[in-house]
Amino acid sequence: MTPALPTMLPTMLPIVLIAPLVMAALLALVPNWRLASWLNVGACAVTFAASLALFTAKPAATAMLVLDAFNVALIALTAFVGLTTAIFSAGYIGHEVASGTLNPLRLRFYHAMFQAFLFTLLLALSANNLGVLWVAIEGATLTTVLMVSLYRTAASIEAAWKYFILCGVGIALALFGTILIYLAAQPVMGPGLAAMTWTRLLADAARIEPNILNLAFVFLLIGYGTKVGLAPLHAWLPDAHAEGPTPISAVLSGLLLNVALYAVLRFKMLLAANGAALAPGPLLMVMGLSSLLLAALMLYRRRDIKRFFAYSSIEHMGIIAFAFGIGGPLANFAGLLHMAMHSLTKSAIFFAVGHAVQIGGTQRIDGIRGLTVSHPALGWGLLAGVVAIAGLPPFGVFMSEFLLITSTFARQPWLGLLLVLGIAVAFGALVLRVQRLCFGAPTGGAPIHGTLLPLYAHLAVVLVAGVWLPAPLVAWFQAVAALLG
Amino acid sequence: MIDIGYDAAHLLGALVLMTSFALLYQRRLFSLLNVFTIQALALSGAAAWQAYAHDEPHLYITALLTLTLKAIAIPVALHRIIQRLHIERTVEPALGIGLTMVAGVSLVTLSILLVLPVTENATALTREDLALSLSVVLLGLLMMISRRNAVSQVVGFMSIENGLILAAVGVAGMPLVVEMSIAFSVMVAFIIFGIFLFQIRERFETLDVRKIESFRGESD
Repeated sequence: MTPALPTMLPTMLPIVLIAPLVMAALLALVPNWRLASWLNVGACAVTFAASLALFTAKPAATAMLVLDAFNVALIALTAFVGLTTAIFSAGYIGHEVASGTLNPLRLRFYHAMFQAFLFTLLLALSANNLGVLWVAIEGATLTTVLMVSLYRTAASIEAAWKYFILCGVGIALALFGTILIYLAAQPVMGPGLAAMTWTRLLADAARIEPNILNLAFVFLLIGYGTKVGLAPLHAWLPDAHAEGPTPISAVLSGLLLNVALYAVLRFKMLLAANGAALAPGPLLMVMGLSSLLLAALMLYRRRDIKRFFAYSSIEHMGIIAFAFGIGGPLANFAGLLHMAMHSLTKSAIFFAVGHAVQIGGTQRIDGIRGLTVSHPALGWGLLAGVVAIAGLPPFGVFMSEFLLITSTFARQPWLGLLLVLGIAVAFGALVLRVQRLCFGAPTGGAPIHGTLLPLYAHLAVVLVAGVWLPAPLVAWFQAVAALLG
Repeated sequence: MIDIGYDAAHLLGALVLMTSFALLYQRRLFSLLNVFTIQALALSGAAAWQAYAHDEPHLYITALLTLTLKAIAIPVALHRIIQRLHIERTVEPALGIGLTMVAGVSLVTLSILLVLPVTENATALTREDLALSLSVVLLGLLMMISRRNAVSQVVGFMSIENGLILAAVGVAGMPLVVEMSIAFSVMVAFIIFGIFLFQIRERFETLDVRKIESFRGESD
């Protein structure tokens, strides 16, 4: 028996979790939306600073929380995107209030939910307990459902309803999978919390009954896979992205999908550590490839700009799932890098799209033209973001896709062809659309509300990562890739 | 030798499953709610019996939460919503009743075939509880698919949660954290559903989900 686990982490981890939780409660009470939006930014800055401090701390796992090489970077990434989105959001809602689409009461609710959402994501990432992980992801669903319906239009309520029903069912199936994992582990570890604790489960994985694990994984993959937006469970994703406020689209694509995938990967690690259980790789590969191909084709028929980039998110989550499915050090490395790059690039694109939609006054792609002419900083920023997400050098997405494609061709040439086909088809759609968005005669001349700083900060990180990855970062990515098996 | 503990647990689990079937063929919303209440009562009984037979006092809390929330508070609230909003009281299922029943029976067969072979090392009660609860979960899914009415979808969703609690109760020593969270999430889920029901009513004059599904959010 290992000694009883201490119940508190003597590090910054509590601050990372407590800051958003406290601010969620506090922001619900602040009536002035302008003040609230800057308090929101401040809270995110504190969370981000505390998350950076986690890199130096090496706390022991507790019964509820764990910090390891895998989740520490995702926590920092989540806190970073949370911060930049909060800055973007401050400008965005200024415009929404000015144009009368949002009233101060809803904004109070919005800011509280924004922090609550970040809290659930950070809790899910740092949870050491399967139950806590599940509760956190359920909480993330509830808070985002509320934010998607923020505008109270027919379309946004329908989107939120669809999102809630589909992800509610997904979450229910994931809970059944969690119960099955406990059932499998309980004969080995005895009843109680130990059989639901990651670190204990991983240590004893080899002794767990593999058959139940297999069944559990299928439920967990379908359940959490719904939240990742993997085909054929992706139906909620485009609607939820298109109808909610744009900052929420940015965090949905940039953060929520990653966190759901993180949950799936944790269970994949468990199966890999067991040895006798089924190989989860092929399942992930099939779902990943079908998401990629389906979304790539669907991109051509989108008329709504936010829906368009939502399908692009499905495509990229497909690529990432495929990378982890094929496995091995190189593909896992590519998957991790792609997770980070997609998260940064896609949220940057949504920041640009948010401004573009406010300028053009419409979400229809036809209604937005010539951004580089009317708003050069925004137009070129959007163009750079689309170039990055299309997988062109010198951006980081190119690097991760290149790594994945080479490692796929080395091991499964036929699947490599499908992968390249999907990426190429999506590339075509992106080029087709971005031309009209960025060039030609401009359609709107309204000034931009807020700063473009978040957009360019993300693009700079993605650019630097594409040109030069620092050696410690590479070593870290390799260590985690090995951990994933 | 008769093992009362086993038989009673089995009986209550089977009752939950039976009510799941009954939910499938209700045409009137009020009788749907009544059947759901019976299911919640049976579930609460199953949890309480498990607490007594296996000496796990925390399960009494689960039983109590199920009783107060699902057997009393939620049905009462849904009754009031239906009355106040003048929602159409009868619903035609999208699939025929006969077809739904056939599908239901095959889902139960599926879950038995799925669960029993992989859980050979678990106790008989755990195995059967798990098979029963997976059936309840799948039947709940079937109900959500076969009913287009928002209130019946809410009931379907909650019967899925009932199935999950039955599973959690059946597995010995499952920590309380999880059950508390389930109860909590059901409550939150219900609040949200409630808000939605109101707004959908406000916007569309009817709670028929089919009508809002025609709206694709993308007009071209």
